[in-house]
Amino acid sequence: MSQLYEAESADVVVIGAGHAGCEAALASARLGLETIIFTINLDSIGMMPCNPNIGGSSKGHLVREIDALGGEMGKNIDKTYIQSRMLNMGKGPAVYSLRAQADKNRYHTEMKRTLENTDHLYVRQGEVVDILTDDDNRVTGVVTESNALYPCRAVVICTGTYLQARCLYGDTIIQSGPNGLRGSSHLSECLKRLGIPLMRYKTGTPARIDKRTVDFSKMQEQKGDEKLVPFSFENRPEDIAREQVSCYLTYTNKNTHDIIRANLDRSPLYSGVIEGTGPRYCPSIEDKVVRFADKERHQIFIEPEGEDTNELYVSGMSSSLPEDVQRDMYRTLPGLEHCRIMRTAYAIEYDCISANLLKLSLEFKDIHGLFSAGQFNGTSGYEEAAAQGIIGGINAAMYCMNKPPLILDRSQAYIGVLIDDIINKESREPYRMMTSRAEYRLLLRQDNADLRLTEIGHEIGLISDERYNKFLEKKESIEREIKRVNSVNIAPSKEVNQLLASLGTAELSTGAKLSEIIRRPEITYDLTAPIDKDRPQLSDEVREQVNIQIKYEGYIKRQLNQVEQFKKLEEKKIPEDINYDEVMGLRIEARQKLAAIRPVSIGQASRISGVSPADVNMILVHLER
Amino acid sequence: MLKINLSDTIAAVSTPIGSGGIGIVRISGSEAVDIANGLFVPHKGKSLAERKSHSINYGRLVYKGQVCDEVLVSLMRAPNTYTREDVVEINCHGGIRAVTAVLEAVLKSGARLAEPGEFTKRAFLNGRLDLTQAEAVIDIINAKTDKSREAALKRLDGRLCRKIRSLREDILTMIAHIEAAIDYPEHDDETMTYSMIEEGVRSVTMQVQNLINGADIGRIYNEGIRTVILGKPNVGKSSLLNAVIDEERAIVTDIPGTTRDVLEELINIGGIPLKLVDTAGIRDTDNAIEKIGVEKSRKLAAEADLVLLMLDGSRELSDDDRELIALSEDKKRIVLVNKTDLHQNITAEELKGLDPVFLSVKADKGLDELYDRIKSMFFSGDIAENEEALISNERNKNSLYKAKLHLDNVLETVNNRMPEDFISMDLTQAYEALGEITGESLEEDIIDKIFSEFCLGK
Repeated sequence: MSQLYEAESADVVVIGAGHAGCEAALASARLGLETIIFTINLDSIGMMPCNPNIGGSSKGHLVREIDALGGEMGKNIDKTYIQSRMLNMGKGPAVYSLRAQADKNRYHTEMKRTLENTDHLYVRQGEVVDILTDDDNRVTGVVTESNALYPCRAVVICTGTYLQARCLYGDTIIQSGPNGLRGSSHLSECLKRLGIPLMRYKTGTPARIDKRTVDFSKMQEQKGDEKLVPFSFENRPEDIAREQVSCYLTYTNKNTHDIIRANLDRSPLYSGVIEGTGPRYCPSIEDKVVRFADKERHQIFIEPEGEDTNELYVSGMSSSLPEDVQRDMYRTLPGLEHCRIMRTAYAIEYDCISANLLKLSLEFKDIHGLFSAGQFNGTSGYEEAAAQGIIGGINAAMYCMNKPPLILDRSQAYIGVLIDDIINKESREPYRMMTSRAEYRLLLRQDNADLRLTEIGHEIGLISDERYNKFLEKKESIEREIKRVNSVNIAPSKEVNQLLASLGTAELSTGAKLSEIIRRPEITYDLTAPIDKDRPQLSDEVREQVNIQIKYEGYIKRQLNQVEQFKKLEEKKIPEDINYDEVMGLRIEARQKLAAIRPVSIGQASRISGVSPADVNMILVHLER
Repeated sequence: MLKINLSDTIAAVSTPIGSGGIGIVRISGSEAVDIANGLFVPHKGKSLAERKSHSINYGRLVYKGQVCDEVLVSLMRAPNTYTREDVVEINCHGGIRAVTAVLEAVLKSGARLAEPGEFTKRAFLNGRLDLTQAEAVIDIINAKTDKSREAALKRLDGRLCRKIRSLREDILTMIAHIEAAIDYPEHDDETMTYSMIEEGVRSVTMQVQNLINGADIGRIYNEGIRTVILGKPNVGKSSLLNAVIDEERAIVTDIPGTTRDVLEELINIGGIPLKLVDTAGIRDTDNAIEKIGVEKSRKLAAEADLVLLMLDGSRELSDDDRELIALSEDKKRIVLVNKTDLHQNITAEELKGLDPVFLSVKADKGLDELYDRIKSMFFSGDIAENEEALISNERNKNSLYKAKLHLDNVLETVNNRMPEDFISMDLTQAYEALGEITGESLEEDIIDKIFSEFCLGK
């Protein structure tokens, strides 16, 4: 290796400026740590190489939690969205999910602008090829391809899909990162030298097609919501009001499926060329056709990639079939008969790790000061990446300041569920967040992310006093109104019964508590306004909280009881120096898993895949000895 | 939490003290063979330590020159033993003296007195038994009737586990459908309708309820029907008691304490266990001239599964009788009209609706009808005998109740047409509660709960 020269030093170095890297770098710098963020290309900061949207089922929850902790994703999408919808409105409030279509280019530009204008943060183009450690396995610096040494105390790896990346469709194999960007070819070797085993995962993206070649009249239009809900708790609906664009729904059909089936042998996925494991929950179209052979059609959404471009994203049709097959199959869709492809669909393979190697702080168990976040940790999705990014960034900063790390548990946040899952569960495919993964989701709603986490964000130092005080005001006014509603009695007057009858619910014969009336299935807090004379003027968000907390009180209480049970097991700590060879009665698999993952509590131990409740009982017995 | 140490050697008497022709002292642990070897003088041939595993060896047990007893020693080396450790069982003569002498010798030679249930706990911890099997062992040990032993044996071969697993499977399928609809809001074909959910939940609820009903039967098999005999003085309570006991000669156990002070007696009539309550009270007071203790009667009745209310047919119905009839109104009750051999002074009008059994304890008439009545009262209806009586301990029953509660919540949620994510919340809870029975869900104090029910030496 040629002579290194010493470049600038930093506290924290972040490798990669995707969704994980941006959050990590911003968190670290905003906490006052000197931070450098490296990216192979400055034009790819905050790039969305796949779907042009942020949020959706459970992912929307993550974004709001990131925002409540003082992260950037929510603010950035509020600035750059072109359509906004609340999904799952027919279901319970726990699973309402906010999703916004992004103007991809503006999303990138705004994120880049934010990074460039953040104090203590320096943006640098360059490929990191080496991470240096000392004899105590402490991180001491990074080296770039240009032989520059940047001394630092902590590193957050956020390399996404770039490590040893190759893109494939048909016989075409391109050694590159996503979107034709250069991959990173040296860091993998360095990680292996550090004793970090790497795995191979795969994901994919559909084609982008030319708007001028699409017949929208043959598809179903999907407009944005009229009632806007911002992602960021700092924004009010009126702050983000703007003209929205539409998405379109179309379907695959027998022709589509026939073409795919006839050409399966030309797919690298089925010919064995692709080695990496893909996400089951985000399958390619050929995967869907094979696995759900009896389904006659699949939904396909046509989504604009931005306002300044004709590119349309064909959501639900990612593929690695050869280009000619792609063209033929896209053209079987109603509305897409004459479509022209602008970017070909492809699968991408990359190096990543099993997050089992990490602590709950996202620091490597065996290397001090080395953190990692995002797709590199075996997850999929921008939001999952950003959620880890902010935690990784905060904890790298905490590490430098000799403070205890921020760890959110499963009862506090989806972020807690996500990190706990990837660290304890066996990783077989890219991990996608889902509401069903959260046991306490009635408490972990997207609407109350601020109530759950602003306090923590403020304590860490990412939420300003001004925002915190506003939050306290909101919280107090919710509590005050709930208390008031609980004390209001409604008499069975003619007016009251008229209203109840008009809402299709039973009339009163004697007086009733207002809260009881709100709990009826047909009623909401807002609907009772005409019969509740002393009701104060309150904001949308406050009224929403009052409604949910009164209406679902019984369920919420039950869930809180569950959390109490959960906490008991979390609080039973396992000493760091436990020797699992001395624990009687453990099965071999459990013994190995426990020794590798080193759970901090009985609760965590119980969630490790390969560890059964019987094994956990053995540990309990051992601890009692 | 019961503190245990798996590394030392434990010993205990594993037969009931003071009864039976032989007594057995069981030793388990790494030093079991050494300890027994140091005490055992073989009739001829090799020392115990040199003998083959799973052999029975005749000789004497000698401690510091003193012969404790003439013994048969079973030598069983790990791992094919009850605890998966080295196990030695010393068969000596029954009776307190011999057994205590042997146990003392063993303890003084380095073994520790086992905690209650510690042998089975070791079997469990060393992986020989799973959770339901370990519990079944407790039940077998504690079983007081053949029926109860059958139920326990059934569980030992895993039938309970399979039943619970199939229920959990059903619940999981429903959860999966609901969750899929939530996580893929764009795709509407996974949605389960309310009526589909309702049907599924009702089916599971019914099966859980059957297990709960069975659990009551199981408890009755295991503990006996708590039976109290009520009646004013001199109606013939103690005669009935003696008749029942003497006739059947089926006393299984006296609980607790000395024979003079028996509070409860367990008897077994044609396979039906009756736990007669306050028998000492009946014996002490029935002959004496005493006032009827209404409060005491009320209390006894409240705790009983079955009230036998005795009236004296030869006397007119008194206020005391009427009071007793009133206070046992809500209980499972059999009214007995005794002394049918004498002239009857109770009118049919007064007995209307009481559906009494007429008997004469003295003349030994009518007792069979009483037994038949008891049988039909407790072992009829839709609970198939044996089949559902898979559950007999409190821990499992509590888990079933919990599961039932959550399933009821689900039905309420469905009835109120609440969104489906509220449904899966309680479904998940029901799933977890059932898992507690098979040990597939984690309870923080489970080990404690199970092994605290053990008796010494097992």
